[in-house]
Amino acid sequence: MAVIDFNLNGKRQSVDAVPQMPLLWVLRDIVGLTGTKFGCGMGLCGACTVHINGQTARSCSTPISSVAGKSVTTIEGLSADNDHPVQRAWIEVDVPQCGYCQSGQIMAAAALLNRKPQPTDSDIDEAMRGNICRCGTYVEIRAAIHKASQYRVERSSGGAR
Amino acid sequence: MSIGKTTTSRRTFIKTGAAATGGLLLSFYLPEKRLMGAQGPQRGPAPLAPNAFVHIGTDDVITLTVHKPENGQGTETSIAMLLAEELECDWKKIRTVFAPINPAVYGGPLQGTFGSQAIRTSWTPMLRTGAAAREMLLQAAAERWGVDKSQCRAENSTVINLSTGNRTSYGSLAEAAAKLSVPSEIALKDPERFRIVGKSMKRRDTPVKTNGKAVYAVDMKVPGMLHAVVLRSPVIGGKVASFDAAKAKAVPGVKDVVAIPEGLAVVAENTWAAMEGRKALQVQWDEGSNSNLSSAGIRQLFTELAAKKGTVARNQGQGEAALASSAKRLEAVYEAPYLAHAPMEPHTCVAHVRQDGCDVWTGTQIPGATHSAAVQASGLPADKVKVHTLYMGGSFGSRGGAQVVSEAVRVSKAAGVPIRVTWTRDDELQQSKYRPASYARLAAGVDAEGWPVAWTGRVVCSSFAGLNNGVDREAIAGLADVLYAIPNTYFEYHEPGLTVPTNFWRSVGHSQNTFFSESFIDELAMSAKKDPVEYRRQLLAKQPRLLGVLELAATKAGWGSPLAAGRSRGVAVVNCFGSYNAQVAEVSVEKGAVRVHRVVTAVDCGRVVNPAGVVQQMESAIVYGLSAALRGAITIERGRVQQSNFHQYEPLRIHEMPVVEVHIVSSTNASGGIGEVGTPAIAPAVTNAIFAATGKRVRRLPIRAEDFA
Repeated sequence: MAVIDFNLNGKRQSVDAVPQMPLLWVLRDIVGLTGTKFGCGMGLCGACTVHINGQTARSCSTPISSVAGKSVTTIEGLSADNDHPVQRAWIEVDVPQCGYCQSGQIMAAAALLNRKPQPTDSDIDEAMRGNICRCGTYVEIRAAIHKASQYRVERSSGGAR
Repeated sequence: MSIGKTTTSRRTFIKTGAAATGGLLLSFYLPEKRLMGAQGPQRGPAPLAPNAFVHIGTDDVITLTVHKPENGQGTETSIAMLLAEELECDWKKIRTVFAPINPAVYGGPLQGTFGSQAIRTSWTPMLRTGAAAREMLLQAAAERWGVDKSQCRAENSTVINLSTGNRTSYGSLAEAAAKLSVPSEIALKDPERFRIVGKSMKRRDTPVKTNGKAVYAVDMKVPGMLHAVVLRSPVIGGKVASFDAAKAKAVPGVKDVVAIPEGLAVVAENTWAAMEGRKALQVQWDEGSNSNLSSAGIRQLFTELAAKKGTVARNQGQGEAALASSAKRLEAVYEAPYLAHAPMEPHTCVAHVRQDGCDVWTGTQIPGATHSAAVQASGLPADKVKVHTLYMGGSFGSRGGAQVVSEAVRVSKAAGVPIRVTWTRDDELQQSKYRPASYARLAAGVDAEGWPVAWTGRVVCSSFAGLNNGVDREAIAGLADVLYAIPNTYFEYHEPGLTVPTNFWRSVGHSQNTFFSESFIDELAMSAKKDPVEYRRQLLAKQPRLLGVLELAATKAGWGSPLAAGRSRGVAVVNCFGSYNAQVAEVSVEKGAVRVHRVVTAVDCGRVVNPAGVVQQMESAIVYGLSAALRGAITIERGRVQQSNFHQYEPLRIHEMPVVEVHIVSSTNASGGIGEVGTPAIAPAVTNAIFAATGKRVRRLPIRAEDFA
């Protein structure tokens, strides 16, 4: 066991865990943030996607020891009121069906828009192909990412929300 | 609650009474069809006790309690829309609660959502109950104001006095309305006047599914809960012979190892410790009778059985004899593999077994079956066992009385604390119940012009819906009951006697049989040198709704118009779950790889409650069927399922997603199902397009390059 300190959703977080324990299970079973989901445990499906220092990471395959001193953002930390441009777009387009993969989809989309504020369809394919949706909401995901891109432009230009 | 006055009207009865918390409570009965069983499809038990509830609180909040769990198909929204239509209430004031299972209230073991039945069974009861509540609120307002009820109008959760313009809220009338009788005659709106039903509505569950707050079984936590994963025999049907838990118990965080009939449960402080502990278990397995079972062996068995006479499953017209007298005979063998459901949320269940009772929290399609499983595993009386239904992270047929429920109950009982059993992805693929593999040897006889006169076959497929006179009707559904006007049909069936566990998979028997039948009819069309749409059109002349979707899909897809270089089209139709669907797939074949670019689909599912939901379900069902068609196969070697994770069982990803255009036929027919309707036709639409491009007929799934390249 080891005490590991990191920043979680803007706050200091200290956990006592086995160093190899994946961040996913630290979040879910120790810290108690369950928005980040377990899907495959091998980084194949993207349900566990979080941001580490602003980059997407598969928390199921990230040992907690490697997170020491870093900043982790989960779906719970993306916005205070479900009003991040990606969340607003997801609600507007009505993306989720079962909803289970959507935290990971939203975190991947948010990171994409940070990198590429106006992504093309092929940018979206490249950034989102690691996130499986068994309900097949891909058409809506694509539409919502384009919409979120517009919301970001409106927000940064001070336009109507 | 005290149940008071009752009214019985055609097929719906509604009771009223005051709720313990005040307000107006209406309880009613949502009918269920039984699963296809040994006796075939049946109606559920007679409506003896209410199983659904509408409560209008003095605070204006309307609570709808139903037993139609949400697995992503949108029933939480569409069922509430039916209520709101007649209740004339503020849509935002409705709250939906998944009914906890109480057998004393629910009566039957199969309360749930399956068979694409949610809307079909809810339509009339929900409308009638909404109308009854509205009439009672109107009556209460009329009495308060001393006017005739005809002088009052209900609108947006308020009643308006038409002579004075006064308004009062439903909440303010709820107590008075609760003292009134349920009207004996309830006139329902002309559907032409619907304001909500038939309009696209936003899903009610979206906000909690965008911020991580929706609670699935994997998220459920109760005080004192420990975590468990279970090690089960790697060989199908095997058992633990002996084990040594010392190393597992030495893993940090592991509390105990518990032997249960399903295997060995590692109980730990957190899920990861349990998973690590499981890796450290040392077990000798009794592999049982399947240690030499393989996919190749199963295929061999199916081939041998298909060469022998089976149980007659269908014999119409002159049956098989018509084959001999036909001008030309076509034969083909079609095959479909085992498939896993692979929902994104692995099966998970929290159970808390105490001396005096047991609570179970899980996502389940069939809370009644989950309840039965928990009763059996706990050994407690049925009325001491309570099932709490959570959101499902996908199901597709897999979450009924799932094994994870009995596992969680047994481990909690042994450990004496609440337990959450989580399946891992390899459990999900290797320990599941599967869509059965199927093998169909088909033969058709055609006349001199190429029109079919005989349609025959022999099907080998493990029974998964129960045998009736030696035949599993689901194993031949959508194949023996051919859609086309063919005068003579004859089918035989073989149950191969395997012990690979099988289960319902989205669209059930149609998931493989529509591939068989829609491919084979395409073969007939091609053999007759006729256009596949035209050939189907002629043979569907007496099937107006199928013809309707075929014409619509063909028109919207531009059937017959020139295509971009390298592209080809294929078509398929299906009639299942009370609905009709046609699909045209546009594909290209390059370097041994199939790419599906566009799918145009037309669906006739009768009256539509939520068009946006229909579009979502069609897209979803097509992706589900396409994932299976392109890559889905569970294979077995030495009795072991070979696929362990998404790299070996890979669903469609976003970069492979075709454009999907959904066209809904406007219809005044009764609602059909929608959750499963889009899955069957996509595989044959794609393989028929592959034939159009290459001249190679793909006769087995998944689609393999060697079969068309």
